[in-house]
Amino acid sequence: MGFFRNIFGGSAQQPSALGEGAPRIPRRSTGFNQFTRAILRPDGQRILDLGSTSSSNINFITGLGHRAYNEDVLMAANASRLVIPGPEEGTTTVDVDRFLAEDLQYDPESFDAVLLWDVCDYLPEPLVKPVVERIYQITKPHGALLAFFHTKDAGAEAPFYRFHIKAEDTLELQQGPHFQLQRVFQNRHVENLFHDFTSIKFFLGKESIREVLLVR
Amino acid sequence: MWKSRREDEKPLATSTPQPPAPAVPAPSAYQPRNVEIPKVDNHRTDVANIGKSVIIKGELSGSEDLFLDGEVEGNIDLRNFNLVIGPNGRVRANVDAKEVVIHGKVDGNITGIDKVELKKSSVLNGDIITQRIVIEDGAFFKGSIDIRKTEPKPKVEVARPVAQATAATSTFNAPVASTSPSVEKK
Repeated sequence: MGFFRNIFGGSAQQPSALGEGAPRIPRRSTGFNQFTRAILRPDGQRILDLGSTSSSNINFITGLGHRAYNEDVLMAANASRLVIPGPEEGTTTVDVDRFLAEDLQYDPESFDAVLLWDVCDYLPEPLVKPVVERIYQITKPHGALLAFFHTKDAGAEAPFYRFHIKAEDTLELQQGPHFQLQRVFQNRHVENLFHDFTSIKFFLGKESIREVLLVR
Repeated sequence: MWKSRREDEKPLATSTPQPPAPAVPAPSAYQPRNVEIPKVDNHRTDVANIGKSVIIKGELSGSEDLFLDGEVEGNIDLRNFNLVIGPNGRVRANVDAKEVVIHGKVDGNITGIDKVELKKSSVLNGDIITQRIVIEDGAFFKGSIDIRKTEPKPKVEVARPVAQATAATSTFNAPVASTSPSVEKK
């Protein structure tokens, strides 16, 4: 029976809640290629990956001779322990202070580069600015940051993808756990959000994604 | 079906004294016996097993492989042996072992000399130092990974005249240990 399910695309093909076993879609990424060039030398850099845990990413980063750090920010931001009553009756919000006290806790200027992926598009609204400010603090001067943003064509039901590094210019997208797209940033919004960074470069990617390479 | 008993299947010790048979050499202690060993669960034979109802606070060390499905708070030191943390395992400790496989939850730093493996049900909050890492989809990991390849062992010089040995020592370069500083979490 399992054989027929596989053949006809039954449940065996369906991604689970965490995206385990979902197919991976390769995609060339100019932004990531530029990011890789920025971190090639010297060895021993500290790279922070804020996406879902991916052995491909860890292998790629450690394969370059760097030290990999991983923190799944979206998973942490959506934890039930952070939900508190909102200002209006019947509403809820996110405990920003608690999030910042428990997550992204590193010394200032710890990292040579940060992979933010498309986390900003899925973060709860109260966390977006504090998270970007914290990332700025923990990134070294001249450190690189790679972020992706959906374009307005993506639609509110755009699925969440995990990003796996395949090669220095190729990523693999794998449908991951269900996170709701919270917003679509315009270029001006992105510039404002990262206004402390010294340089910002936009690359138009495929599938309604903009790639942004920033330098602190 | 009715096989005659082979010489090496004789019991090693018998209660009644028998005259020595000079033609057959005495069986040595390491002589393999032609006895079929039934296949049983590894966790019950070769591996020490800590069940899910067990709670340990303090230092846990040993010289055999360990399957841990209970709770440990403190320190786990198995150095040259393997550790499997089962799906019910809850560890709040720094772990030092040869190979570490995690199915359960760990809060602490992991040193796996050979390999660290995070299964899909695992949750790890802590740093990893190892040679090889395997992470299944679905595993949750928060921390750093430091891949440390073992340096090739320097060739040991065999006994030589003193003058030559001294000369060799002066040109010998000891391998430098990985000294990358770690980022301290607040």
